[in-house]
Amino acid sequence: MEDNIVAVSSALGIGAISIIRLSGKEVISIVNSIFKGKDLNKVKSHTINYGYIIDEKKEIVDEVLVSIMKAPKTYTKEDVVEINCHGGIATTNKILEIILTKDIRLAEPGEFTKRAFLNGRIDLTESEAVMDLLESKTEKARKLALNSLQGKTFNMIEGFRYKIKDLLSRIEVNIDYPEYYDIEIVTIDKIKEEVSKMMEELQNIIKESKNTRIIKEGIDTLIIGKPNVGKSSILNRLLDEEKAIVTDIPGTTRDIIEGQVTLNGISLNIIDTAGIRKTKDQVEKIGVEKSLYLIDKADLVIVVLNGNDKLTREDQEILEKTKNKTTIVVINKNDIEEKIEKEKLKNYTLVSTNTNSDAGIKELKEKIIELFNLEQIETKDHYYLTNVRQISKAKEAYQKLIEVEEGIKNNLPIDMVEIDLKNCFDLLGEIIGKTYSDEIIDHLFENFCVGK
Amino acid sequence: MIKVKYEIIVVGGGHAGCEAALATSRKNHKTLLITGNINNIADMPCNPSIGGPAKGIVVREIDALGGEMGKCADKGAIQVKMLNTKKGPAVQALRAQEDKHIYPKEMLKTLKQEKNLDIKESLVEHLIVKDKKIKGIVLETGEEIKADAVILTTGTYLKGMILVGSNKTPGGPHGERDSKFLSEDLKQLGFNILRLKTGTPPRIDKSSIDYEETKLEPGDLKELTFSYDNKSYYDYKNQTPCHLIYTNNETHKIINEHLNESSMYGGYVEGVGPRYCPSIEDKVVRFKDKERHQLFLEPESNIKEDKEYGNTIYIQGFSTSMPEYVQEKMIYSLPGLKNAKILKYAYAIEYDAIDSKQLKQSLETKLIEGLYTAGQINGTSGYEEAAGQGLIAGINAALKLEGKSPLILKRNESYIGVLIDDLVTKGVKDPYRLLTSRAEYRLLLRHDNADIRLREYGYQVGLIKEDKYKEFLKKKQDIEEVYKLLKEARITPKEDINNYLKEIRSSELKDGISLYDLLKRPEISIDNLKHFIELNYNNEVLEQVEINVRYEGYIKKANKEAEKMLSLEKKLIPDDIDYDNIPNIASEAKQKLSEIRPTSIGQASRISGVNPADIGVLMVYLKRKYNNE
Repeated sequence: MEDNIVAVSSALGIGAISIIRLSGKEVISIVNSIFKGKDLNKVKSHTINYGYIIDEKKEIVDEVLVSIMKAPKTYTKEDVVEINCHGGIATTNKILEIILTKDIRLAEPGEFTKRAFLNGRIDLTESEAVMDLLESKTEKARKLALNSLQGKTFNMIEGFRYKIKDLLSRIEVNIDYPEYYDIEIVTIDKIKEEVSKMMEELQNIIKESKNTRIIKEGIDTLIIGKPNVGKSSILNRLLDEEKAIVTDIPGTTRDIIEGQVTLNGISLNIIDTAGIRKTKDQVEKIGVEKSLYLIDKADLVIVVLNGNDKLTREDQEILEKTKNKTTIVVINKNDIEEKIEKEKLKNYTLVSTNTNSDAGIKELKEKIIELFNLEQIETKDHYYLTNVRQISKAKEAYQKLIEVEEGIKNNLPIDMVEIDLKNCFDLLGEIIGKTYSDEIIDHLFENFCVGK
Repeated sequence: MIKVKYEIIVVGGGHAGCEAALATSRKNHKTLLITGNINNIADMPCNPSIGGPAKGIVVREIDALGGEMGKCADKGAIQVKMLNTKKGPAVQALRAQEDKHIYPKEMLKTLKQEKNLDIKESLVEHLIVKDKKIKGIVLETGEEIKADAVILTTGTYLKGMILVGSNKTPGGPHGERDSKFLSEDLKQLGFNILRLKTGTPPRIDKSSIDYEETKLEPGDLKELTFSYDNKSYYDYKNQTPCHLIYTNNETHKIINEHLNESSMYGGYVEGVGPRYCPSIEDKVVRFKDKERHQLFLEPESNIKEDKEYGNTIYIQGFSTSMPEYVQEKMIYSLPGLKNAKILKYAYAIEYDAIDSKQLKQSLETKLIEGLYTAGQINGTSGYEEAAGQGLIAGINAALKLEGKSPLILKRNESYIGVLIDDLVTKGVKDPYRLLTSRAEYRLLLRHDNADIRLREYGYQVGLIKEDKYKEFLKKKQDIEEVYKLLKEARITPKEDINNYLKEIRSSELKDGISLYDLLKRPEISIDNLKHFIELNYNNEVLEQVEINVRYEGYIKKANKEAEKMLSLEKKLIPDDIDYDNIPNIASEAKQKLSEIRPTSIGQASRISGVNPADIGVLMVYLKRKYNNE
């Protein structure tokens, strides 16, 4: 009985399509629960199914093709599902995040191949390759663990874990030494109070991690504006290549197209969107909904406005929707007569560009460097929660704290509530590779004077 | 009449030895129990209580499996408490103050009733081993007794050494002689010998205490038993109380002034003492800021005629290795003990133990076939821990002679399983005590469900008799019936129903609901349901239903976690694996794996220093090498 695993099996952010692969006993029903289209539990094995991935609010995240492959004729000899989605980092990660809210975990490096081997799918000669793969991954993992042992990640998570460990051992000492009257009795109210502080702190760690994730994974940059204001042309010149289809017909850029630019060693993951405008066209509507969703996800929003037009209601709506984000307003087409009311934009970081010169694009890049303080970022120094695995573990840990709160709200006794707290502690241990099982007991005896 | 050949010999008559000998003889194997002094069989040389958190559940488990500790403890109980009742069902545990006269007497009576069991007074000094197989033992007289299996339950008697201040005397707790050569024999056979230490507080005359200066600690006003098969033997309205006092500045001053005269701080101790059982001088030194430490005055027996225990009070929390004259000063400084008469001074005791990593999960030693060990010799402390191991060692020695595979309890099945797995997987540095926090699935290992977890095994190995087993099956069937009844019975938001719910402070119904779902509300007890439905079942049955329904979500989660662990337990590692031949395992892991030689991937993954990547490599290696499935 193996558990369910998932991983992005194509290189992240490269290529127009990403493949998310899942393997395990319940993967079909897991994907079915976030899929809008046919009932995947009922489709035949080895079929490709068209539909949408939806999030917890039932909103569409992406248009996808889902391959269903039932055991045993699959790579791992378990049920396998592959989701072909649009190859952007933001989209792929979002889908991955949604999947990870289910009863499934992120695969370890080489784990699909390992399962293929363990389940008898690969023969002996091939297994040598698996050993090599595992070995290299193992070595890497070991070095990584060593690195973070000295790093800030370790200290930060360890510092937070210490608080849980301390609370746990105070609860444990009450349980294992119930008649020590001088020892503080940790009441449910006390747990509630401490857990609520912990939740705030862990929430901050997760938030901060998302910020510093920028360093590792780049700044998710969204280019947005009503149709035909020149978004794709700005994108192209940032990327220095023809990626987006540039046309004068509004609404031609329907897919979200991405590329990467490196600024001071930090990558900008640029997302161009279909213009936001009211539309009845179904295909484009998905693009528009996605744009609104992406505003929320982006680290930086570049709002493109037409310089030789007055601000329209649509422009103002876009500005309204981005008001809480780090935003740069680009006034495009400044080579034609300027009609835009700049005084209404005085609270924004403004850049003017036109299609015929590179000056504006250079200024745009400089503004980004300025806004994100990129000159001062020393990439080597950062050991926050830097990857999806760590952040997803931290989120799982946070979820456990929510369950502690719920347990308390439902009047459950300490021994039940403590289970979730212990799980939270273990998950945080997994982030830093600490799984020593006697930690709490050791702490207990260090801190309490108990025994006959 | 002592024969020259037995099927099984048990060396030592403490709590481990008694359970082991009863298990083998009840399984119809001719058994000899050898003890240094028949009057000290099942003696309680330290605290006068049995049970407590985790330990109390072990006693229940022993009972569920067909062992004896719970039954004797029920007979000897003079005060009983259910601990942790306010902290939830998973951590509740029974603890009984025991009469130290009655408990051993009852145990000896039980032993003497077994027709397959002989008892002999002597010391064992050597083992007879041939081709790595046990053949028998040699007594101090030089007399040889042959056996197919030997179970060592020697307690603190392997090179036992009593310490009081700078005074060292070889021997055991009652001034008995120790076994001087047996641990040398074990060393020669390849066992790593550890030196451990423990201690016990002074005993004082119960009539010399001024109880005005103490606080009364009574038992629960209820009839409670360890055994599933007993009625209670004590009068719950007339229990013997304990008393609580505290140390003070004066006591601490005396301890600090004489610190270097204690065996521990004077450097006279070689053995490693338990962390959970610090001496009073340890407490004062390590926790300088604490102004007082609590002490319980616990009676050892109500049988006045008992020469050793009839008048004594055990000062729980006051174990020390100070010289006698300092002990006197310390005791006189305590409230109510100004005129105390000391009947027995505190002492520390050092003894030899073997490295428990050299044992199999069955408690058979890896080095010598047919040789089993249980109790303090394996590095544990506590009567309950010893008894649990003794029972398992006895069962497994017998099963081996019967050509059957051993009984190995899993971590999600019992505290005994947790204990043995910890011993053989992690080993010990200081004497090991069970704690509830050592069990990762403690929600599954409750006081209330020990029979549900283990009685089946007890029946299979032949220690639970047919009639008791039938009672057990009836209980299980009743539980299923109640589930069914509650699932089928539905109530609707009628006025009288809602009025009743309001009355018992539960929220009113808006839709229909089954009684099963209603029971999930924390404020609803199964007794409340009797308002809606007739439930003519005994309380044990209803208690099971109530706990299992109310905490269903948490129990399911725990079971799921346990299943993950079990799937790794099922991946076995062959005996002949050579870790040096596996190229990609980290060297620390390789060394630990070679030393412990885990039998499954699950056990391997619990070894500290073996990380998940090593486990991955190991699994791939095993699959490749043993690709025959």
